[in-house]
Amino acid sequence: MTTTAVSRHDRSGPGTKRRQDRPGAKRTTRRSGRLRHISLPYLLLLPALLLELLVHLVPMLMGIVMSFKELTQFYLSNWSAAPWAGLDNFRIAVDFDAPIGEALLKSFLTTCLFTVCSVGLCWLIGTAAAVFLQEKFRGRGLLRTLFLVPYALPVYAAVITWVFMFQRDNGLVNHVLHDQLGIGDNPAFWLVGDNAFWALLTVSVWKGWPFAFLTLMAGLQNIPRDMYEAAALDGAGVWKQIRHITLPSLRPVNQVLVLVLFLWTFNDFNTPFVLFGKAAPESADLISLHIYQSSFQTWNFGTGSAMSVLLLLFLLVVTGVYLLVTSRGKKAKARA
Amino acid sequence: MRRFRAAVTGAITLSLALAVSACGGGSATGGGGDGSPKTLTYWASNQGANIEVDKKVLQPELDKFEKQTGIKVKLEVVPWSDLLNRILTATSSGQGPDVLNIGNTWSASLQASGALLPWDEKNFDSIGGKDRFVESALGSTGVQGQDPAAVPLYSMAYALYYNKKLFAEAGIAKPPTTWDELVAAGKKLTAKGKNGVGVEGSNLSNNIHQVFVLGKQHGADFFTPDGKPDFTSDGAVAAVKQYVDLMAQHEIVAPGNAEYAQNQSLSDFSKGKTGMVLWQTASATFKAQGMKDEDWGVAPAPVQSGKPGPGTATNSMVAGINMGVFKNTDNRDGALEFVKFMTSDAEQKILNKAYGSIPPVKSAQSDPAFGAPAVAVLRDTLATSAAALPQVPEESQFETVVGTAVKELFADAAAGRAVTEQSVREKLEKAQQQMPKK
Repeated sequence: MTTTAVSRHDRSGPGTKRRQDRPGAKRTTRRSGRLRHISLPYLLLLPALLLELLVHLVPMLMGIVMSFKELTQFYLSNWSAAPWAGLDNFRIAVDFDAPIGEALLKSFLTTCLFTVCSVGLCWLIGTAAAVFLQEKFRGRGLLRTLFLVPYALPVYAAVITWVFMFQRDNGLVNHVLHDQLGIGDNPAFWLVGDNAFWALLTVSVWKGWPFAFLTLMAGLQNIPRDMYEAAALDGAGVWKQIRHITLPSLRPVNQVLVLVLFLWTFNDFNTPFVLFGKAAPESADLISLHIYQSSFQTWNFGTGSAMSVLLLLFLLVVTGVYLLVTSRGKKAKARA
Repeated sequence: MRRFRAAVTGAITLSLALAVSACGGGSATGGGGDGSPKTLTYWASNQGANIEVDKKVLQPELDKFEKQTGIKVKLEVVPWSDLLNRILTATSSGQGPDVLNIGNTWSASLQASGALLPWDEKNFDSIGGKDRFVESALGSTGVQGQDPAAVPLYSMAYALYYNKKLFAEAGIAKPPTTWDELVAAGKKLTAKGKNGVGVEGSNLSNNIHQVFVLGKQHGADFFTPDGKPDFTSDGAVAAVKQYVDLMAQHEIVAPGNAEYAQNQSLSDFSKGKTGMVLWQTASATFKAQGMKDEDWGVAPAPVQSGKPGPGTATNSMVAGINMGVFKNTDNRDGALEFVKFMTSDAEQKILNKAYGSIPPVKSAQSDPAFGAPAVAVLRDTLATSAAALPQVPEESQFETVVGTAVKELFADAAAGRAVTEQSVREKLEKAQQQMPKK
């Protein structure tokens, strides 16, 4: 993968230029030629890099600055004039005995549980579907397309449809569960109270698994068919083939997939916001929406920023540890 | 070497150009004053049944304004759910409209942000003077003793809307005037298989309006006179409990209302499923949902005892919309001109008629259209028995945290969990502790 990328880059990138320039190149010194060779690609990246800076880094840095400020409605139109708060905002955020910290901790734990469930289910369903659709059969193309629909729909449109389906009195979910299957004495609430967690998880998995499916399907294409044929000749059944060929071959894909799904799910704001509005039920109070509420609904922008910074640090640490562990596993495997 | 230098120059120029265009991107969309005295940007709040209705109501008036003054107004109707966020974003970025509508309960909060033009005597004089406006509406324009942050545009008040047919079927002779009577009427309706009264349990602002009025009736204000949050007084607890008890104890509110936030209670009412709703200026919505004017009646919202009036006989908050000007507008004269136009007698009559609201301009109220029985109830309520929500900078936070507490209590009630004085107090305590410390 890496080699192809480099060679293609060489062919169409600076290499082409060098060949065209050959008469001129002879006149320049070797040193400036190397400099040019090294710096031109970076120069070409400069515009993108600058934009990236503007779009991602600047707001992030502003957020970090805000987290050290006492930023309330009084300083909203000129926030740089807000007085410094030192570590006060962070202290408020992690004071788990006071309501703000307690709510943040609760929301954090809810998000952890939610993320584990959602990523696990997305992965499981995605893998099952990818393996299932590996074999050629009639209607495979249609199924592949259908499976990608949730991924292709705009989030707002998709989630608002779920809102209608989860309505207690007129929704499809209760119509099926309560009216037709007769589950429960009363129709259940899905958008308020404790069930909201399950409603949110349902939508999140529905939205997330097609991505796992797509990625894993691409990964499966790279496994040589003759490995399966050889295994079959040796008498390995379907389960053994999956365990000893499919899953180990998909390892690198899975490593990236799980990380990406984890980050997306942990940070998901759109789904709970469209599903529950500005105030999510306690059972489904995901951390992004919680931080939004702390900042924009109670106008505690400083504390909200401090919470965001803490979340960023947490995700950085988790990602770092994850990459370290998985790359160590790879190295150990290479040695063995 | 020359090529190399050219490439360097090109890359740097391109990135600078991109950077500059990225920085400038805001002004194109924000439209916060493009420096031309001939255009204005106006964010109108969604008042009609939907955004299209608003455009149809407002555009002809804006055209009229353009004809009179030569100033073109670019209109954007912002849905309620987005409005406060949009204003906050515009405030912090400085990229907002020239003129905008705000919910009048946010006046003090937005005043504190310093983004809105203060309405001192000179500015008021340029639109005909402060005396033109009704006293109660002016009470909801900012902190007392400071120059108002905005000017009243549409006034509204809460009233009790009831379905005449359902009342007749249940044998209820006249609309209830006290809460006890309301509960009794509700029980008669539920006995007939209808919902007694509709609420919007997940709508934070609506929750606040209702418990604020009940708080007044119990002698509680939710803020101390010096502006500190006071959510856990006995009166406040009693008020919140009384409201949630309509579902929890009396069972005259259908449990499903706990998740209502998009005016579903009004749909239920229009479809004849619910006998009563406490609402502000609902007539236009009923009509839009196919209900005939003669099918519903309107009465003053209930009190604990006696007749509505000031103090503990308060039966409504001062509801309505104010109009503000962003301080950093490049076209202040045009903006003031536009506010003058919108608050003129003629426009006040046209717009308030279209929206079923009451003109906060005294001289426009005399129009016979506002003397019809349905509107007269609202007008009298506003004049005699409505109180403005606390005019403190933390009002917006109060709406969020206490509104959420009421939402959670409704969810408890709907799930069959007990709502006790203890549980109400705990939720309100938690809400109070979430308020920013000063």
